Amino acid sequence: MNAQEPAAPRERIYRHTLATRITHWINVLCFSVLLLSGLQILNAHPRLYWGEAGANTDPAFISFYAVEDESGALRGFTKIGALRFETTGFLGASRVDGEMTARGAPSWLTLPTYRDLAAGRRWHFFFAWLFVINGLVYLGFGVANGHFRRDLKPSKDELRPRNLWADIKKHARLHVPRGQESKRYNTLQKLAYLATIFIALPVMVLTGLTMSPGMNAALPFLLDIFGGRQSARTLHFLSAGALMLFVFVHVFEVFLAGAWNEIRSMITGWYEVKPEKKS
Amino acid sequence: MSRLLLPRRGLIAAGAATFGSALLGGCDQLSRSPSARRLLVSAETLTQASQRALLSGQPLAREFAPEQMSRVFRANGSTMPSDPAYQRMLDNGFADYRLEIGGMVRQPLSLSLPQLREEFPARSQITRHDCVEGWSCIGKWTGVPLADLLARAELADNARFLVFHCADDLGRESALGTRYYESIDLFDAFHPQTILAYGMNDAPLPTEHGAPLRLRVERQLGYKHAKYVMRIEAVESLSDIRGGKGGYWEDRGYAWYAGI
Repeated sequence: MNAQEPAAPRERIYRHTLATRITHWINVLCFSVLLLSGLQILNAHPRLYWGEAGANTDPAFISFYAVEDESGALRGFTKIGALRFETTGFLGASRVDGEMTARGAPSWLTLPTYRDLAAGRRWHFFFAWLFVINGLVYLGFGVANGHFRRDLKPSKDELRPRNLWADIKKHARLHVPRGQESKRYNTLQKLAYLATIFIALPVMVLTGLTMSPGMNAALPFLLDIFGGRQSARTLHFLSAGALMLFVFVHVFEVFLAGAWNEIRSMITGWYEVKPEKKS
Repeated sequence: MSRLLLPRRGLIAAGAATFGSALLGGCDQLSRSPSARRLLVSAETLTQASQRALLSGQPLAREFAPEQMSRVFRANGSTMPSDPAYQRMLDNGFADYRLEIGGMVRQPLSLSLPQLREEFPARSQITRHDCVEGWSCIGKWTGVPLADLLARAELADNARFLVFHCADDLGRESALGTRYYESIDLFDAFHPQTILAYGMNDAPLPTEHGAPLRLRVERQLGYKHAKYVMRIEAVESLSDIRGGKGGYWEDRGYAWYAGI
């Protein structure tokens, strides 16, 4: 920019409605508590099966476990199908008060940090209710104020393979949109939000309910949808992993695009449009 | 540049770690705080009310085909009660065993195993047993419907819960005692799949699974399925019994309604 040129006032747009902002931050809280308390619950039996039933003598699809090596030291392992990885210090075995302990997820990833299944369940189910109520409020507002139709629904043109490929390339180059382009969500962003809102989160709730013996009696078709209670438990875990991935990418993109401006827009609603680069 | 960045990065990491552990430490404190706990427990009421509304037609828990039964059915909790009175009964093939049904009933009962087998209808069901820890096993249970026992015992009008007193002890001695017990309400007590099982997988109930008699309450988690049942007591309220929460695990923080 030329030094003589007066700084033009930056354009600001009202990006997020109050409903979106409030439900977003409640969701951040719910997701954090559900993830950490969920890992506390997983630690009670860190083995995941496929099908209706499964316990210690049945083959596990995914498992986290500890074994003592020849020197008597505890080593942690993660097994996925036939693949086995050593994950000492993180999964299978990790330090608790300095001492290596057999533990699915490490204490810094569980709520509470110490082993307490009953407390983990209390946290999990309270925040599961809050998450569902908050999600329904969000969906209600999204439909009523046209947020989904206007901001998240990709146009036919955006979904053309050529345009999708272009968008993928832009993401791979860590391109930061500016000016007009930054006023709307890009296609991959829209698809990621839609997949999270309408696939991953509902799968999370439904697989959670499928683990409940009471719900199994009330809504037995849930067992058929997910292939049994233990399959639902495995899918609950995998779906939580997919959401974790979404959160990582989401937060990464926030930092890439300008953390202050992005976070402020989710608090005040106002987003400052970055001026186009002068060539 | 890197000289400048590295300490800063270290600082950010240290800051994040401090913030993270403070947050987790705070959550640990909240987990132990009685008022936070009361708030979290309020969701249990909501869960119970919604599930009971969905279950108002008293649907059955899913029953499975014989080929779906688990090859090994994991035994959990107590697998051999240490109580000498129980040991004597076990040595004697439970010939001296009597199921006592008392409390708020008009006709207290004392029933031997042959009486339970011969004087009441039997029901068999292949169901999935879901432990609160997360695992499940499928097994076949044969026993007497609790509803039939209660019909003979003639439940008093103000009886609201049935308490199952067991022969086994768990855990270390505490003010709450170590003897296992459980309770259910009438909604589950009269459900057709709620049985007192004396048989498992077409054989007499094995010791590790609760011989001679265990409760099956199929729409709830495993800890409700009391093993080694010696006495059933009909009561109006659970608050005066032991820790007051209606069961061994309930007194230790687990939900009384274990449908989820």
